[in-house]
Amino acid sequence: MMRFATLIKNPADWMKGAGPHSDVVMTSRVRLARNLRGYPFPGFSQERQRIELLERARPVVEELPEMRDGYSEDYTELSKIRKQVLVERHLVSREHAARSSGCAVVVDRKQSISIMINEEDHFRIQGIRPGLNLTSAFEVVDRVDTELEGLLPYAFDPKLGYLTACPTNLGTGMRASVMLHLPALVLTEQINPVIKAIGKIGLAVRGLYGEGTEALGNLFQISNQHTLGEAEPEIIAQIEKVIEGVVRSEVTARAKLKEDHQTMLRDQIGRAFAILRYAHILTSKEALNLLSMLRLGADLDLVGNCDRSLIDMLLLEIQPAHLQLNAARELSPEERDSMRADLTRTRLQSIDGPGSFPPSQSNNGGTTSPTHDE
Amino acid sequence: MKCDVCENEATVFLTQIINGQMTTVNLCETCSKAKGVTEETGFGLAEAFLSPSHRTESDTMEIVCDACGFTASQLKKIGRMGCPECYAAFRDGLDGLLRNMHKGTRHVGKRPSHTSAVAPQILPRQRATSVKEASPSAPVVPPVVPPPDVAKLRAELDLAVSEERYEDAAKLKSEIESLQPKASK
Ligand SMILES: [Zn+2]
Ligand SMILES: [Zn+2]
Repeated sequence: MMRFATLIKNPADWMKGAGPHSDVVMTSRVRLARNLRGYPFPGFSQERQRIELLERARPVVEELPEMRDGYSEDYTELSKIRKQVLVERHLVSREHAARSSGCAVVVDRKQSISIMINEEDHFRIQGIRPGLNLTSAFEVVDRVDTELEGLLPYAFDPKLGYLTACPTNLGTGMRASVMLHLPALVLTEQINPVIKAIGKIGLAVRGLYGEGTEALGNLFQISNQHTLGEAEPEIIAQIEKVIEGVVRSEVTARAKLKEDHQTMLRDQIGRAFAILRYAHILTSKEALNLLSMLRLGADLDLVGNCDRSLIDMLLLEIQPAHLQLNAARELSPEERDSMRADLTRTRLQSIDGPGSFPPSQSNNGGTTSPTHDE
Repeated sequence: MKCDVCENEATVFLTQIINGQMTTVNLCETCSKAKGVTEETGFGLAEAFLSPSHRTESDTMEIVCDACGFTASQLKKIGRMGCPECYAAFRDGLDGLLRNMHKGTRHVGKRPSHTSAVAPQILPRQRATSVKEASPSAPVVPPVVPPPDVAKLRAELDLAVSEERYEDAAKLKSEIESLQPKASK
């Protein structure tokens, strides 16, 4: 099996990959909740029952064709920081990382599939793809699920579907979610009506990590709330349709910003770059929000020589556990803020920045006195 | 500033999306810890929101899952089942709960193709089991299943809790409490 260091050293497909609409859609994820007959759900089972299930199921999961030669770890063997790194990479849930004995995670080599054992349900099978591509994420987990179903006795009821610990997951046990970067909708103050409209059609909108739902870095997660009464492809088609609409609104808002508010936009992006490039103390919140502006600048070709994937990697690397893993020790919040700034300064050296970008027409001949025009 | 859940001084402030708006939620140390970061799967949160007062409300006679021993009041308290068989044990009232949570009450998606994976169909099955010897001669026990409006609120509370919409959860909690029969106190 793969070692933790090897897993983390290599960026996942979805981190460097460009998918459909990846200027607006960061990732598409689909997870299936599955349980075995004859065992209580993890939240109501005894430690020895969880261990028994784990010992039975883990070898089976590890041997699935997709998971072979992947990464597999028992949580009792995993430090707090390492677990947190997996959370920051969206490979495990925060709830699962908080657990220990009787829990494990198995991740495929490409980090596009992760299977949590003894989360709220016995299995949480997750697939993650770059850009807007829920269908592909579903195909992956669907295949893994079908293989697993042939090897272990699932708890399934013909009327209720896959039986889950929480009735909110009953039926398909499927949660499909999309991570969106919506800086222009936030800047133009159109975000709240958009969120409201999405909520009305039964989809949930959350912040960066879903769980804490702080809407940092203009990142939003949209996912289905209903799992019973609709088939998987229907649910996915509905979300994708909604996301297409949100993407269009964001793209329109970006074009409008660039057209009507170019000075404000350049100012925001320039300030973001300047702070990220030269600051020595950066909180996580500040860094996420500034990187969001820089990503917008890169997408609108307002920042010279700036690759979107560099920013997306930074968004991961500046997170607390990634910083601590990098430093190979626990860091105080102050130490993290300083290391975060160090890392950001270094990474942004290769970027020309908005200042060195050829000035647009509106700035041509800009040597006249400011009072001359207005 | 006060905690949105209890009366303590709030020390944790979260910007959240609540009711389709970005809103700030204020929590005290205790309530923020209860939100599941360090505890198992939000179970701590569910308990934090539900006061001890109605933990004992239906102790006298209670529906219990044969397979795992989970009780109806535990289900009401944490909004989750104990084991797959619980869906059969607590079948009564389930449809109402599901109707408020989902698009339908009948699964129409993927089905396991391997017969080994299919559990025997869950049939309606309800028994009242005496948990506490308190009143063995008690006459017909009132149903443990809460009236529909409470069930709906509980479903919403569960959703709010699982999504960590604390403000909603706190509101729902007090709504539910106001609807609880005072007799249990
Ligand atoms: Zn509190
Ligand atoms: Zn049970």
